[in-house]
Amino acid sequence: MKKRVIALMLAVTMVFGLTACGGGNSGSSDGAGSTDAEQSTDDGADATGSTDDSGESAEAPAAASGEKILSVQVGPDPETIDPALNSAVDGGNMLLHSFECLLTVDEDGKLAPGQAESWETSEDGLTWTFHLREGLKWSDGTDLTANDFVYSWKRVCDPMVAAPYAETVLAMVVGYDQAIEGDLDALQVVAEDDQTLVVTLSAPCSYFGSLAAFATLSPVQQATIEANGDAWATSAETYISNGPFYVSEWVPGSYILMSKNPNYWNADAIKLDGIKWNLIEDANASYSAYQTGEVLFIKDVPTEEIPSLSGNADFYVDPIIGTYYLSVNTEREPFNDPKVRKALSLAIDREYVAGTLMQGTYSAASNFMGPGWIDTDGSQFIDNANGGQPYIDVTNYEANLEEAKQLLADAGYPDGEGFPSISYSTNDAGYHRVVAEYLQQAWGELGIDLTVDIVEWASFTPMRRNGDYDSARNGWVGDYSDPSNMLDLLYSTNGNNDGNFNNADYDAAMETSRTTLDAKERSEALHTAEDILMEETGCIPVAYYNDFWLQSDKITGSWHSPYGYWYFMYADIADGAGADNADNAEADNADNAEADNADNAEADNAEAEVAE
Amino acid sequence: MAKYIAKRVGLAIVTIWAVATITFFLMNMVPGGPFLSEKAISPQATAALEAKYGLDKPLFQRYLTYIGDALHGDFGDSLKQRGRTVMDIIKMKFPVSARVGGLTVCVALLLGIPLGCIAALKRGKFLDSLISVVATCGIAVPSFVICTLLLYFFGVKLMLLPTVGLSSWKHFVMPVMALSFYPTAYIMRLMRSSMLDVLGQDYMRTAKAKGVAGFFILFKHALRNAILPVITYVGPMLAYTVTGSFVVEKIFTIPGLGGEFITAINGRDYTLIMGTTIFLATLIVIMNVVVDIVYKFVDPRIKLK
Repeated sequence: MKKRVIALMLAVTMVFGLTACGGGNSGSSDGAGSTDAEQSTDDGADATGSTDDSGESAEAPAAASGEKILSVQVGPDPETIDPALNSAVDGGNMLLHSFECLLTVDEDGKLAPGQAESWETSEDGLTWTFHLREGLKWSDGTDLTANDFVYSWKRVCDPMVAAPYAETVLAMVVGYDQAIEGDLDALQVVAEDDQTLVVTLSAPCSYFGSLAAFATLSPVQQATIEANGDAWATSAETYISNGPFYVSEWVPGSYILMSKNPNYWNADAIKLDGIKWNLIEDANASYSAYQTGEVLFIKDVPTEEIPSLSGNADFYVDPIIGTYYLSVNTEREPFNDPKVRKALSLAIDREYVAGTLMQGTYSAASNFMGPGWIDTDGSQFIDNANGGQPYIDVTNYEANLEEAKQLLADAGYPDGEGFPSISYSTNDAGYHRVVAEYLQQAWGELGIDLTVDIVEWASFTPMRRNGDYDSARNGWVGDYSDPSNMLDLLYSTNGNNDGNFNNADYDAAMETSRTTLDAKERSEALHTAEDILMEETGCIPVAYYNDFWLQSDKITGSWHSPYGYWYFMYADIADGAGADNADNAEADNADNAEADNADNAEADNAEAEVAE
Repeated sequence: MAKYIAKRVGLAIVTIWAVATITFFLMNMVPGGPFLSEKAISPQATAALEAKYGLDKPLFQRYLTYIGDALHGDFGDSLKQRGRTVMDIIKMKFPVSARVGGLTVCVALLLGIPLGCIAALKRGKFLDSLISVVATCGIAVPSFVICTLLLYFFGVKLMLLPTVGLSSWKHFVMPVMALSFYPTAYIMRLMRSSMLDVLGQDYMRTAKAKGVAGFFILFKHALRNAILPVITYVGPMLAYTVTGSFVVEKIFTIPGLGGEFITAINGRDYTLIMGTTIFLATLIVIMNVVVDIVYKFVDPRIKLK
């Protein structure tokens, strides 16, 4: 009897341990009759237990095996790495390395040939012709032709695929409206021969080149998608790509390993053997992994470490095109009065918010459109805005506050008398809460009573979209550097116009910018739009986004783009990597200065600017 | 016995159905949806997605469809992780959590029971006080603090253990330590108090008077009676532990099931919320039945009806 008791108890406690250990294997054998995709995910789980080498190779990239694997962290498990479905920055960063579009963006932010060797636009701006390179191949070695782009672009419009970016990237192509209703062949994207792709637009789109470099329009392989359905993008075996790397292993929640794609046209220029994307979710965990040298690059830096890190050679701050702003519900009293909106805007000490509250990881916003947006003549949009002057003088908060008080008095609320109690809604992440608390104080200076409403993320988005708020946090990071990408947000019918800003002149200016062929007229229209927006305070810009990250000086030849992407494809790991790099932080600047890495220099400049 | 088990299984099915039903309606009452993001997707795309996953149907019809499918073992596709079914996700992630959780339970039992006994036997002595202090700490200190401390000392300072992933036995050390701290402490305390209770019983004195050796008294007479509360606790604890811990998985980057519970809720991934909830509920119900049966063997006085 006693033996049986003990045996049973042992069985109870051990059964899970045992099934767990054998889980991967039994899964595979169960999967004999199941689809390939299922089997390979089982293999993925199995790999957790068996691959000792990958972890070590990260620690010793130049070890005996000779494999040079760069170990980085840019975010947790991506929701999807299907180019058509992705809408997240971290997923986009991975797509950038595994796929290549017709065009690419180079280190200076300029369009460069990608899968297309050259391209031209017709005089009326409506026909774009792309000439593909000769001998392009997929990562599985099969040929890639213009027809693959036709298939992929039509797939983006497929309502059954429901690509979130379909409208952004293809709405200007003839036949888009029919295509999203299901008639895919109506989309005017035609392969004239295996190497020529012709796209016909319904209206000129001067930035279509940027869209041709946008990850959503990456080519995807018809054969693997038809064989595997949506599951094609969930396992390494079926994830066929055409970029500098291909996914060789994916353990969801753990890591994605990409290996150099020998079939890539420019494979000779790729120095790394692979990139290991560590899917670390917790900022403290990623910081630990960076300190131990398991990871040479981390995007998620714990905010509490920033004060001690800023100034270090391996801590970078670099601008991205995006603005942290506040939406005010322009349909509600008292926000329907532009004077009130402007008063609220001017009462914010942006330098204090960006520099102190946000620890210099943001920059004070004087305009809606920050640095990095490109004007039609290729110059910085911000340099030409408002005659070269900032809309809000962020360096003179005292004067702004006086003006704010005056405006509020003009609107009929001297010293805030009679002003209703209002609320500010935000989700709780990053600096959102401290900004909310600051606003209570800042608007308190105007005599306004503000309550802060912290809302869970998934409830916050629909609440804001339905206009169920007084004022709310908002933000946008650009998809491509044409200013219309962000200015469109305030167009009266835009899905992201959360404040329901409705101004006929603004809409008219945006219409002009969409239809005109003249670069100068287009530029003027876009600037007019921003002028109106800032004068009417359709929203309250607070700070410009920066990316900040830690990067070991052993990584050379990588760069960061204003879209929030890191380009590691042409990177290399300097000799001596894999040795103890915990003393990174102490590594002196000399190494950085020697490295002929323009981005390092740029990042340092940016850091200096922010620090001031 | 067979009749009893049949009755319990029947009850279990009703319990799981109730959990599934309540979860289904509660989760749909919460605002938000799976297809929302900071950047608004077009109304056509939203409509197409809703049609694809049947979210455009009336709630009650969706409920009936869901229960019908679930009875056939079809828990649907994840709404957020496109291309994966809920079963794929559970099949992929549960073994990882179960491996870590199984080890955790073993550690907790192997440490907790002996230490609890020692504390009871050395009642009032230094060893007892020491064990009590450790047990109180184990219960009071939340796991993320333990994780962070372990990470800092063994990972960053001493560089003894790897901090990311689960690719070798070394990777298991910190997560298992972090996870087993609380259950070990809890079992120690349970064991100590029930052992003290048993040691004071008349039959213990009788056994001692009969001259039974100390070792036998402890194992044959005391432990068997004192372990009942521990068994009660270990059943549900096992179910919770093998399904993973959100915090520990997040900090050590373990691809387990625990994180899916939270991300599914935050992302309103309805099918995955249902799948993980039903899975956990089933495990708990099974463990409770198992515990009842184990009781019967440990304590023959208990009649299963």
